[in-house]
Amino acid sequence: MATPLLAVDRLTMRFGGLIAVDALSFQARAGEITAVIGPNGAGKTTVFNCITGFYRPSEGVLQLTHADGKGFALTAMPGHLITGRAKVARTFQNIRLFAGMTVLENLLVAQHNFLMPTVINGLLAVFGLGGHAQAEHIAIEKAKLWMHATGLTARADDPAGSLPYGDQRRLEIARAMCTDPELLCLDEPAAGLNPRESDELSDLLVRIRDGRDVAGRSSILLIEHDMGVVMRISDHVVVLDHGRKISDGTPAEIRADPKVIAAYLGEGDEDEVAA
Amino acid sequence: MLRDAALSALVAFGLFGPMIGLKTEVGVAAIELHTRPIAVLIAVAAVFFGRLGLLAWQSTRPVQKAAPGRMADSLAYIGRYLTPIVLVLTITMPFYAERYWIDLGILVLTYVMLGWGLNIVVGLAGLLDLGYVAFYAVGAYSYALIAQNFGLGFWSCLPLAGILAAFWGVLLGFPVLRLRGDYLAIVTLAFGEIIRVVILNWTTLTGGPNGMSGIPRPTLFGLVFNSGGGKGSFADFFGIEPSISHRVIFLFYVILGLALLTNWVSLRLRRLPLGRAWEALREDEIACRALGIDVTVTKLTAFAIGAAFAGFAGAFFATRQAFISPESFTFIESAIVLAIVVLGGLGSQLGVALAAIVMIGGGEMFRDFQEYRMLIFGGALVLVMVVRPRGFLSGRTPSVSLGAKKKIGANLMTEGHG
Ligand SMILES: Nc1ncnc2c1ncn2[C@@H]1O[C@H](COP(=O)(O)OP(=O)(O)OP(=O)(O)O)[C@@H](O)[C@H]1O
Ligand SMILES: [Mg+2]
Repeated sequence: MATPLLAVDRLTMRFGGLIAVDALSFQARAGEITAVIGPNGAGKTTVFNCITGFYRPSEGVLQLTHADGKGFALTAMPGHLITGRAKVARTFQNIRLFAGMTVLENLLVAQHNFLMPTVINGLLAVFGLGGHAQAEHIAIEKAKLWMHATGLTARADDPAGSLPYGDQRRLEIARAMCTDPELLCLDEPAAGLNPRESDELSDLLVRIRDGRDVAGRSSILLIEHDMGVVMRISDHVVVLDHGRKISDGTPAEIRADPKVIAAYLGEGDEDEVAA
Repeated sequence: MLRDAALSALVAFGLFGPMIGLKTEVGVAAIELHTRPIAVLIAVAAVFFGRLGLLAWQSTRPVQKAAPGRMADSLAYIGRYLTPIVLVLTITMPFYAERYWIDLGILVLTYVMLGWGLNIVVGLAGLLDLGYVAFYAVGAYSYALIAQNFGLGFWSCLPLAGILAAFWGVLLGFPVLRLRGDYLAIVTLAFGEIIRVVILNWTTLTGGPNGMSGIPRPTLFGLVFNSGGGKGSFADFFGIEPSISHRVIFLFYVILGLALLTNWVSLRLRRLPLGRAWEALREDEIACRALGIDVTVTKLTAFAIGAAFAGFAGAFFATRQAFISPESFTFIESAIVLAIVVLGGLGSQLGVALAAIVMIGGGEMFRDFQEYRMLIFGGALVLVMVVRPRGFLSGRTPSVSLGAKKKIGANLMTEGHG
């Protein structure tokens, strides 16, 4: 079997006495949508924060391997390099856009490392040197493609903070995709969307996974409570409860797993699983 | 409403009771305590009715809040016409104004430049810096020291002063990078004081409280400005009557040029990746990290570039005064520059210029009322913050757009927390 894109090995995260993630191991394969589900407080966001360098895990190894074989030990990298070099992008459970900047500007900030490889380049650009105009042109073209893919073209010059909720969710995904990730980590992208918007979102994620009708492709790690979305689009599901993995398999296997049903029954969410 | 006002009055009573109500006086035998109930009553009543009036006034104007976008639009419209007018009036100033006004113009322009420089740090990058004057001081002393010890002139020292100030900006930046909001403000404030205290006490190098005098004046391509004329002077070269006002006019254009340079660089940077990253940092630092932006480097460049302009302004200040002392670099200077930036509207270039004209120019006008100056100053600040909480000209124009640029209302923007 080929090396997985992301290998999480015995990841543990403690906050004082609280063990938010407990010796969690799972793998995410390239070209797939891997869903991480679990009841509230199961530790899903904490896993994301460890992967993207916002938290230093207490224990465990996170190994990312690109298609070309380049490997990265994520636990030993500063946060910004995880996006810049290891090519892991993320969105946030509570949307974090640059609200006072336009949709286009949001997408250009995401291409910062392409536009400005070093501070010197950034300063040379003040005097029109360093080939900045050319780079900016390329960046704008890419932003346009992603605005098109996410249906935001008409809102290009509107401040992100003024967009309706569903558009903001999609903009955050477009912004993350503008960093050219190998792995896109989405934290509850369907939260707060209506059924039609959820369907559109599922469609967008599948297109990103397959690189179809969009400007780039990426494997996806997805945290989601909307079981409809999860069951429809994921290739592989990991179920967490109280920081531990309780199940791991295809959507069909997960649906039939009594442990998963029990965990969700405890939460009183059986309807969601049935869906 | 009444309850709110009564509550304010109660707080006022708690505060003013001991502060105003009790007064110690040197009596016959010992210090005696006097009570002043009337004064307290007046103060509390003033707070009560003031609060009541404010609330009543606010409740009559809820409509305005509903249309911040339109307000921003109309201000952008005014700005488009105001900018060239202000610029032309400034450039032609030496032709119609008297010496006193040109001197005042130089002072105002110095603050405009400082305001624009600080605007990079506070307005764009959203880093609250209360010690900006430190870099102004570094610039001034760098020029004075280099000029006296190595005999270099103003123009060769100017870039050095900027570089040294930028260096100190980075030095300050490193330890405070992890701090945000109030903590950052306190540490930068302390840094400003440390620089001043070091200058004050390092007597052998800086002359301490006596300051440094005999700082060389600027020259125009080697031509000196003096009242005596003579070989190699400006007046001699152009065959005109020597006059001290030539130098004043020259200084005016030097600072105008420096201020416009600051403006040009910051406007340009805003449209470039670096400036956009600063604004993104102000909006959401965590999102910046998640996009692979090196937050450390980005913050440091904001500190360094902001500091460099303060350094230039400092070198100009030194050459203009020919004398500098630590007294010119007290905390109040930082506060004034910050007030200019906040009043003008964070991130707004024209707003900052207008605020500097009003605050510094206005401050000079009120010189006759010495005691009331600070009162008027404070009152004006409070008034502006009540009427326009985001400053005269708030909001921003997008740095890039596909269609027409639409002004973004300040209500959507974040001031930044660090
Ligand atoms: N920085 C932190 N400090 C202390 N405790 C934390 C921290 N972050 C998360 N936790 C705790 O870790 C546990 C897991 O939280 P996490 O946010 O990962 O859950 P989640 O699965 O994302 O839940 P939800 O579905 O509600 O988003 C919770 O008990 C939470 O309170
Ligand atoms: Mg979560």
